[in-house]
Amino acid sequence: MKSLYTGLLALSLFSASATAAHYVIDDDEKGAHAAVNFKIKHLGYSWLTGRFNRFEGHFNYEPGKLEDSSVKVTIDTTSVDSNHARRDKHLRGDDFLSVDKFPKATFISNRIETINEEEFKIHGKLTLHGVTKDVVIDATKIGEGKDPWGGYRAGFTGTTELALKDFGIDYNLGPASTHVQLELHVEGIRQD
Amino acid sequence: MNSTDKYSKLTRLCHWLSAILILALFAVGVWMVELSYYDDWYQKAPEQHKNFGLLLLCIMLIRLLSRLVSKAPPGLGKKWEQTAAKVTHIALYILIFLIISTGYLISTASGKDIIWFNWVHVPPIISYQDQQADIAGVVHQYAAYFMIFLAVIHVAAALKHQLIDKHKILQRML
Repeated sequence: MKSLYTGLLALSLFSASATAAHYVIDDDEKGAHAAVNFKIKHLGYSWLTGRFNRFEGHFNYEPGKLEDSSVKVTIDTTSVDSNHARRDKHLRGDDFLSVDKFPKATFISNRIETINEEEFKIHGKLTLHGVTKDVVIDATKIGEGKDPWGGYRAGFTGTTELALKDFGIDYNLGPASTHVQLELHVEGIRQD
Repeated sequence: MNSTDKYSKLTRLCHWLSAILILALFAVGVWMVELSYYDDWYQKAPEQHKNFGLLLLCIMLIRLLSRLVSKAPPGLGKKWEQTAAKVTHIALYILIFLIISTGYLISTASGKDIIWFNWVHVPPIISYQDQQADIAGVVHQYAAYFMIFLAVIHVAAALKHQLIDKHKILQRML
């Protein structure tokens, strides 16, 4: 009787999670088919780009059932990399990311708004520099399908723009550089 | 005063040159890290700090060699004072080389050469350690504070010998 009950419980849990398939992001601990990039204007004359090398996350996704889909990403802010060690030191310091105090940034979705089959808006909360704000990520599905090694993958890209001062970062980089664009490239490996 | 009571001419020259450079580098270092992004000196100050930091390295290497090959004048004052002086001098040498090394590690953390006075390319030895610039930066900063603290003690002790004990200590270095 008890095992039947456990079995039913397991079944109900399984069916609940089966509404949207669970994917783990292919981060640098795995095959690194994902990136968290940023860009910000330098003096208004060019784009300065960089990225966070270490992050992890997962998402639930089912085509046509975006209301059941969700995503969570945790970024290791100490891994900021703009291809210039002294700038990265500055970015990790108190003028910008204060990584000693805030070693993690997170994004947790709370709602996904469908635009069409391939495009949607991910509403969620971004915590950066100890400040949590609502942000909307414009996301596009790139593709999904079997990989050659017996797995199944789905990939997306997303962009959003943040005002640095909204997150308590008020170092003066000049009037052209008050906002940073985040660009996320995510490939998930389905967990069966 | 007998010439053997003085430090060698080269040691004396290097001592004062490095003293001036160290004070200037310390002052510039403390000032430049607070410069805002739009300050005229935001780029120039760190560049000159590196140039003169490496100049200090050259002077310190000559000074160390000169100090090792020539005889230092005998110690002055009580036994404990002589020991304290010796320990302070060695600590100053170690700290100065530590500060220069960590400065070099910050500057070369991206794996790029330091171009010394637009002239000599100083290549990186270690680089692309994830937090190299950060760790070297902290050591550079606190070692510099400690070195200046010891330098103040060094000057105070010299003045004490000169003015209170009436030892002609300054003449040995002039």
